[in-house]
Amino acid sequence: MKEISDLNLPDDMKYTKDHEWARLSGDIVTVGINDYAQDQLGEVVFVELPETGDTLSKGDEFGSVESVKAVSEIYIPVSGEIMEINEDLEDAPELVNESCYEKGWLIKVKPEDVSELDNLMDKAEYLDMLKG
Amino acid sequence: MDNQPGASGLIFNEPSLWEKSRKGRCAISLPKADVERAELDKDLTGDAPELPQLSELDVVRHYTRLSQWNFGVDSGMYPLGSCTMKYNPKTNEVQAALKGFAGAHPFSGDEFSQGSLKLMYNLEQYLAKITGFDTLTLQPAAGAHGELTGMLMIHAYFAKKGKQRSKIIIPDTAHGTNPASAALCGYIPVNIKSGEKGILDPETVAAVMDEDTAGIMVTNPNTLGLFESNISKIADIIHSKGGLVYGDGANMNAIMGIVKPGEIGIDVLHLNLHKTFSTPHGGGGPGSGPVAVGKALEPFLPVPRVVKDLDSYKLVSDYPDTIGKIHTFYGHFGIMVRAYAYILSMGAKGLLDSSRLAVLSANYIKESLKGTLNLPYDMPCMHECVFNDEFQSKNNVTTVDMAKRLLDYGFHPPTIYFPLVVHGAFMIEPTETESKEDIDQFIDAVKAIAREAEEDPEKLRKAPFLTKVTRLDEVTAARKPCLRG
Repeated sequence: MKEISDLNLPDDMKYTKDHEWARLSGDIVTVGINDYAQDQLGEVVFVELPETGDTLSKGDEFGSVESVKAVSEIYIPVSGEIMEINEDLEDAPELVNESCYEKGWLIKVKPEDVSELDNLMDKAEYLDMLKG
Repeated sequence: MDNQPGASGLIFNEPSLWEKSRKGRCAISLPKADVERAELDKDLTGDAPELPQLSELDVVRHYTRLSQWNFGVDSGMYPLGSCTMKYNPKTNEVQAALKGFAGAHPFSGDEFSQGSLKLMYNLEQYLAKITGFDTLTLQPAAGAHGELTGMLMIHAYFAKKGKQRSKIIIPDTAHGTNPASAALCGYIPVNIKSGEKGILDPETVAAVMDEDTAGIMVTNPNTLGLFESNISKIADIIHSKGGLVYGDGANMNAIMGIVKPGEIGIDVLHLNLHKTFSTPHGGGGPGSGPVAVGKALEPFLPVPRVVKDLDSYKLVSDYPDTIGKIHTFYGHFGIMVRAYAYILSMGAKGLLDSSRLAVLSANYIKESLKGTLNLPYDMPCMHECVFNDEFQSKNNVTTVDMAKRLLDYGFHPPTIYFPLVVHGAFMIEPTETESKEDIDQFIDAVKAIAREAEEDPEKLRKAPFLTKVTRLDEVTAARKPCLRG
């Protein structure tokens, strides 16, 4: 498992306490699980995602990520409508391990209120939380 | 690995029965029919089932070879925490095979089933005495089914009172099936954390208990192998708000003859005959999960119930508040015979000694391996102790690597990654049936593996080596499962 100093945590996104990431691009927020989460889970074997068109509130469970070790629920970082899900994960769940910020993204959300992102952590705050 | 039970020997490959099948091959030669063939009505007939065609020797070798690939408690120590893989004395099997029991038919009626009914009645009495309850049902098929039965009775209790409740409290050291059983009855599980010492704090329970909560499900001893010593205080808190206490008695094997759950505030408790009372387990099952209740829940017990009437026994279903039947006929009767044989052959003192020895064995292992493996909760344990891989993780050796390697030494791995409250848990339950010599060998094996973790971690990551099948590729198996033979 990675040391905290080895984690890849890009600056251009926000982080949740449950180790999801959220990146705003235009008026769409892309969501995934971060490097720490994929490393802790180990090899991901199945990803369960919501339907496009579902509307969820910040903090709602929107699916789960399953590895050989455990099943983890995943929680949506902003309220809004699911515009797109990453259908590639159905056949290639390993993308979550190999490319958690690019090819292994989970959902794209049209947020109701973009300012909800302000309540999430930036990289420095997230690292502080991990170090406890 | 000198003097360890694990060794390599000749293991046979064995194809599936379908691959061995040859058209027309058969175990016996049937004589030609000497009566005229009588055609059955077309509606009553169909195609014959498709079965492999084999000689007797084909079949005997097939299962003998498969059994040699296997690991059972008859071949070696099986310290699977939380599962209580104690040895099942062979006399239990002899008694269950007695013609009168093995040949009993569920439709024989009370008159022709007096022996079987007497056994069920007496077993109920013994289990009630051991647990400190008034009465119980033998019907549930296993532990989780017992939980469901108990929760259905709690649900019926509140329905009868006229005001159903919506929640149930479940600690993080309860068995994983507890929240599922409660949810099936419509209750929302409210999870609470155990305290720093691995047991429940009464204040944590008091903070969430209210008059919309049906009660609490407590596994005691809990899944950390610790006795919930605040149980009476917790029961008082639950009862003061009109709730009930469900006891998961799967770990009763640690406290037989020492603690009676019915006397410390528990209202309903299930037992696992296939753990505590030495009946077969896992693939060798089926199991049996009797549920004991106090006065408050007695009207809701499943039917039929065995009733003694002077010197005879009968099955009675006339209980208006019963939750009904929860199993076909009367439960797993053959398992009841085995548990009955165990109780009678052990006697009261034997059962007490078995609990004492189970606790002594677990504490001996805990003290012997402390320092070799990390012990997150360092305190006297009951029937099992929980370590983790914190010391080995610096060499990238994990719990699963050490567990797999134990197979090479001739031991079944302990339970791993459970309970969830311990990261990388390595949960050992030796039971009372292992001798000190066998336990010492096990301790030596774990110490040797811990040395290997320092000296040759790469080797551990590939273990086991001596088994028929070596390290499985669990990732590919999960990502690309092959679901057909």
